[in-house]
Amino acid sequence: MSDTTNSGPVLAADGTPLKRSLARALRMQKIRALMLIAPLLLFVLLTFILPIADMLFRSVENQIVSETLPRTVVALADWDSESGEAPDEEVFTALAEDMKIAAEAKLHTRVGSRLNYENPGISSLFRKAGRKAKKWDIENDGPFKEKFLDIHKNWGSPDVWRTIQVYSPKLTNGYFLNAADMKKGADGAEWRPENEQIYWTLFIRTLIMSLAITTSCIILGYPVAWILANLPSRSANLLMILVLLPFWTSLLVRTSAWKVMLQQQGVINETLVWLGLVADDARLVMINNQFGTIVAMTHILLPFMILPMYSVMQTINPTYLRAAKSLGATNWTSFWRVYFPQSVPGIGAGSILVFILSIGYYITPELVGGTKGVFISNRIAFHISSSLNWGLAAALGTILLVVVLGLYWAYDKIVGIDNVKLG
Amino acid sequence: MADTATNDAFVEFARVQKSYDGETLVVKDLNLQMPKGEFLTMLGPSGSGKTTCLMMLAGFETATHGEIRLDGREINNIPPHKRGIGMVFQNYALFPHMTIAENLSFPLEVRKMGKSEREEKIKRALDMVEMGAFGGRRPAQLSGGQQQRVALARALVFEPELVLMDEPLGALDKQLREKMQFEITHLAHELGITTVYVTHDQTEALTMSDRVAVFDDGRIQQLDPPDTLYEEPKNSFVAQFIGENNTLEGVVKEINNGLALVQLDGGELIDCKPVHDSVVPGARTRVSIRPERVEYNKERLQEGAHTLKAEVLEFIYMGDIFRTRLRVAGNDEFVIKTRNAPDQVRLKPGQQIEIGWLSEDCRALDA
Repeated sequence: MSDTTNSGPVLAADGTPLKRSLARALRMQKIRALMLIAPLLLFVLLTFILPIADMLFRSVENQIVSETLPRTVVALADWDSESGEAPDEEVFTALAEDMKIAAEAKLHTRVGSRLNYENPGISSLFRKAGRKAKKWDIENDGPFKEKFLDIHKNWGSPDVWRTIQVYSPKLTNGYFLNAADMKKGADGAEWRPENEQIYWTLFIRTLIMSLAITTSCIILGYPVAWILANLPSRSANLLMILVLLPFWTSLLVRTSAWKVMLQQQGVINETLVWLGLVADDARLVMINNQFGTIVAMTHILLPFMILPMYSVMQTINPTYLRAAKSLGATNWTSFWRVYFPQSVPGIGAGSILVFILSIGYYITPELVGGTKGVFISNRIAFHISSSLNWGLAAALGTILLVVVLGLYWAYDKIVGIDNVKLG
Repeated sequence: MADTATNDAFVEFARVQKSYDGETLVVKDLNLQMPKGEFLTMLGPSGSGKTTCLMMLAGFETATHGEIRLDGREINNIPPHKRGIGMVFQNYALFPHMTIAENLSFPLEVRKMGKSEREEKIKRALDMVEMGAFGGRRPAQLSGGQQQRVALARALVFEPELVLMDEPLGALDKQLREKMQFEITHLAHELGITTVYVTHDQTEALTMSDRVAVFDDGRIQQLDPPDTLYEEPKNSFVAQFIGENNTLEGVVKEINNGLALVQLDGGELIDCKPVHDSVVPGARTRVSIRPERVEYNKERLQEGAHTLKAEVLEFIYMGDIFRTRLRVAGNDEFVIKTRNAPDQVRLKPGQQIEIGWLSEDCRALDA
């Protein structure tokens, strides 16, 4: 094109702007490319992105109260929770009406258990009231305040009513406060009593132990990756099979093997006692604590550290080391100043992989962690499958996700994500 | 060549052997002495042992047998980083995570040199290769030729007395290579550095070196200045390897007054200069003649010189020279080169001519 000096848009041979002409020529190609990845895109959307979005939403969703008790919520809006007294008859009538409908649809227990997360004991109030409410005639059976108080005196407690009032909006931050060991008190958010705080400890423990696992993976994996990258290919292949061997064994089997190794009557303790290094009555406690979790998870995640390190180290030309030595550097200086900096991208990739995997690990801490070695994921699993408090599980999961993204961002700022290479 | 240590040799290989697998010798009985300030090239086909020799000198390979001396001191057991030998690698080996200035600073830092002294030396070295403005860049941001210059500057910045270069120009294009050949020799002579240069490119070896060691089969076949090497090859390998060469085979009839009479396999007789020890009456020999030394203009030939009949097979116009392929004594690959001069005859395919040469240009070598 000769019109580089021309300030107007460059034109194609037929006079249309070149950009449009180019876009038209490429459109078909783009559509075809999109069609090729469409099945995968759809699959990912349906099985990954939508469920995650749904779970994230559950951490703030709170429609159950306002949907099941619509009249009560409206009537309760004017009640002053600071008054120290239960609401008046109008609210109780609304509750009786809502309760009757809910009990007929068998929905009252669900609201009960929802509110029970926030104020233990409410569940039984709802169950008992629901049973009675089914027989009530709303038009004639009033006043209901006494009837409710007859069922259980706690219906007169302002605390119960404040819980209902606080959790009547459609969205709530209650789950998140809960996940951060806080609760909605009379004056907004407040800390839970010391003996009820568990999640902070768990989050911090999860982060620290994940870091410990990542560090031990780096320390153990680096030499292995180095040997792999520097051996002649025949022996390197054999060693690679040994590195990959754990992948071919079930995770459960591997974890159980660690149980056999580490327990007090286990292989290691028996050997130490037999060698006389440890007294029989002072066997080492190596399982059902943090040590056990770190050992077992380091073993399980080690290949994820070795593989990216190896593939990066493979690309480092050995002449660099020779060059460094010819320039007068000792073996250590050559390694530290020339080889190591070039292998950092592999360490970065491996660390991110291992750290993110371990922060969400579940099976191994569950099996060998005892009470001191469990992770936040074990608590999430508990809320998903046992306590059925999915909102709290979702909030804990969301916090975990945000923490990981935050760390990822920090990593990008400090090391630079372009410095991560998988090969 | 003597295998005793000579005191004036700066670099010396004495009866050096090298084997990797304990079965075959890659380097067989290498003896070599280099005076200070010499530019010596190790030339040879791949697998001839030249790079192994260089690596032994640098300290990356250990000699299986024999001694390597540097400035009179045996260095066999000195690790590479203590030898103080500068080295330029084939792929430059510039550290990719350091800038150019940091690359040059590296050898000075490991020598615990002060910052101001370092900066001064780096600047001088970069200016020397005309890369002064590139100190802050990374190797990946430079072109091949620029990387080459930096690699050279890095090998020289700590002022080594000996510099080794392992096919440093292999990755450059032809024009740049020729320019760098000139610059490297110029620098080496200017700084008075002793240089060992490894290449498989014979033109490079001829144009750059004070002396060339032609390697083959783990031995030095000939060690001589470029002109001697080209004009007086000592055996047929060197004659074949250096420059273009015509070969005719025959049997030595007699040797008189330093001239050998050779009967070619086709029956023709020619006079040759006997060079190789194996050239004795009755022995088979291989006769080598350079294409540019062949004359077909009868008037220019010596009185009484033997001539051979030849048929022109192909005439190639190459600009500055004409290259003509002939059939001579049954050899279809006999090539002659003539300068493109105004009076030069352009031969035509099919033409029958007579060719001849000075008998000292025709060298009888080993069969």
